[in-house]
Amino acid sequence: MEQKENGRTILKVSGLKNYFFTSEGVIKAVDGVDFEIKKGEVLGVVGESGCGKSVTALSILRLVASPPGRILDGRIEFMGRDLRTLSDDEIRKIRGKMISMIFQDPLTCLNPVLRIGYQISEVFRFHKGFDRLKSLGESIRMLRSTEIPSAEERVKNYPHEMSGGMRQRSMIAMALACEPALLIADEPSTALDVTVQAQVLKLMKELCRERETAILLITHDMGVVARMCQRVAVMYAGRVVEYTDVHTLFSRPAHPYAEALLRSLPRLGTKRNRLDSIEGQPPQLNRLPPGCAFEPRCQYSSERCREQAPELKRLREGHEVRCYYPINGGER
Amino acid sequence: MKAFFKNNQNIQSTEKEEGILSPTKLGWRRFKRDKVGMIGALMVIMLICCALFGNYFSPYDPLEMIYKDSFQGPSEKHMMGTDRFGRDELSRVIVGSETTMIICFGAVAIATILGTIIGLISGYFGGKIDGVIMRLLDVVFAFPTILLALAAVAAFGPSLLNLLLIIGVIYSARIARIVRGSVLSVKEKDFIEGVRSIGARDRTIMFKFILPNVLSPIIVQATFNLSHAIMTEAGLSFLGLGTQPPRPSWGGMLNESREFMELAPWLAIFPGLAIVFAVLAFNFLGDALRDALDPRLSQR
Repeated sequence: MEQKENGRTILKVSGLKNYFFTSEGVIKAVDGVDFEIKKGEVLGVVGESGCGKSVTALSILRLVASPPGRILDGRIEFMGRDLRTLSDDEIRKIRGKMISMIFQDPLTCLNPVLRIGYQISEVFRFHKGFDRLKSLGESIRMLRSTEIPSAEERVKNYPHEMSGGMRQRSMIAMALACEPALLIADEPSTALDVTVQAQVLKLMKELCRERETAILLITHDMGVVARMCQRVAVMYAGRVVEYTDVHTLFSRPAHPYAEALLRSLPRLGTKRNRLDSIEGQPPQLNRLPPGCAFEPRCQYSSERCREQAPELKRLREGHEVRCYYPINGGER
Repeated sequence: MKAFFKNNQNIQSTEKEEGILSPTKLGWRRFKRDKVGMIGALMVIMLICCALFGNYFSPYDPLEMIYKDSFQGPSEKHMMGTDRFGRDELSRVIVGSETTMIICFGAVAIATILGTIIGLISGYFGGKIDGVIMRLLDVVFAFPTILLALAAVAAFGPSLLNLLLIIGVIYSARIARIVRGSVLSVKEKDFIEGVRSIGARDRTIMFKFILPNVLSPIIVQATFNLSHAIMTEAGLSFLGLGTQPPRPSWGGMLNESREFMELAPWLAIFPGLAIVFAVLAFNFLGDALRDALDPRLSQR
């Protein structure tokens, strides 16, 4: 997997904070997230459920309902513009055209009472002002590029008449219709079965490579990360705890959480009866400990971890970690 | 479609033959199996025909007064008898449907369009806008429909257009409530977030993406509103504030018959039956539409 070292940075997120103000207190869903994506690059964001991956993605497009959610701090720099400062009208012109999104469950994300062709056509009509006929033609072309057989028939289908794989392909067609610079894929393969998953991911990767579209791939599947991504941000309790390239993550993870996550994966060739698991539960996001959020579950924790949360620090070139005692290559 | 009629019993095979079925087609299929609904639809068609072509096939001129024939009971010559001016009651019932239908369809059309827009805005934007709109609707709901209509007609005067507008505005409150409720649930769905993520504006989301999802409750409620509007119109006419004579209307005819109830009971019975017929027709249709369009209510 070649890494484009000197590609142009298209998205730079720094210090992003998105809190939810609810009756049960402030939920710090995203609490200081930093990463950047270069043109044509695939960045994986991994972490367990509820660690703020999806909210991070939605925050980029300002799609988090407000109230209760509110972006408190941080910069979302996209092609030289801070998305946080744009007007509603300006951000709308970016959605779907420059940055588009694929959601987890393609069945619930397609309007059940409208035909697929109509739904894809809308993208062309919003952003390119094509008329009905022309946008339908373009939709058929997009569907065909996602390898859906007999696309000109399929545009007449309703979502419930398609298989899960076809629905996700339609979503991809819709997302890539305007050749965006960035595609945010929020667990695009979780709702699909394994063989379809592989096909859809491969398709997504190929289509994005052709168009030089960068992907922000949100997943909790380490296998998907290994296959798709160049760089990875591991998230825990609303923060990025490790940010590095995919080889380093798999060979020399530095954060105890990333290391534990990798240890909990089954591996070919090793014989184990039980997979390792991470003891305990992830913290409640409205009652975060004052120190490191992973400290209660961490086997290397110390007094210092309990008292003050560590910052995201550079370990070596292109490898950042939020831990006082990084494992591989640290001082320990 | 031919294949469908042949295989009415065997849905499995028709599904294969017809291939892709849109929700509309599925609803139509369920509707066709509903006998009461079909009867209701036939009754409605009869009413519409009477309203449109009543002038051509009514046996007499409904306005022609023949004094020597007044207060005749039902006979071969006058199947529903004659009123105090000797006008043929059957002709008046037939032509009276025109007034009823104009007011009902007109008012319900106004109510549906207005109510849908109000409901969409209220449900979609929520918050303060929703609060204000809902409190305003509560004001409308606080009064009995007939009382409110009565007050409005008394204030603006009893013309056909006024009746249309007044009944339309009052009934739009019901539609607005139902639409708002449906919008509240639909707008939380992922696919709305989906279209927002491709850059749709609020207006587009409301009318192109949410509206098709809330169409069935609107259609059903509109049908029921038709039957209610018939009663409201009849009630107003009965009280003398509806359609003005000499234009025949069922409520007005009931009102006129009041004085001669013992002498000529048929004058009260036939317009009354006509009202019952029309209300039943729309209720049958409404029930069947609800079953057909909302399969959750009755799994058949």
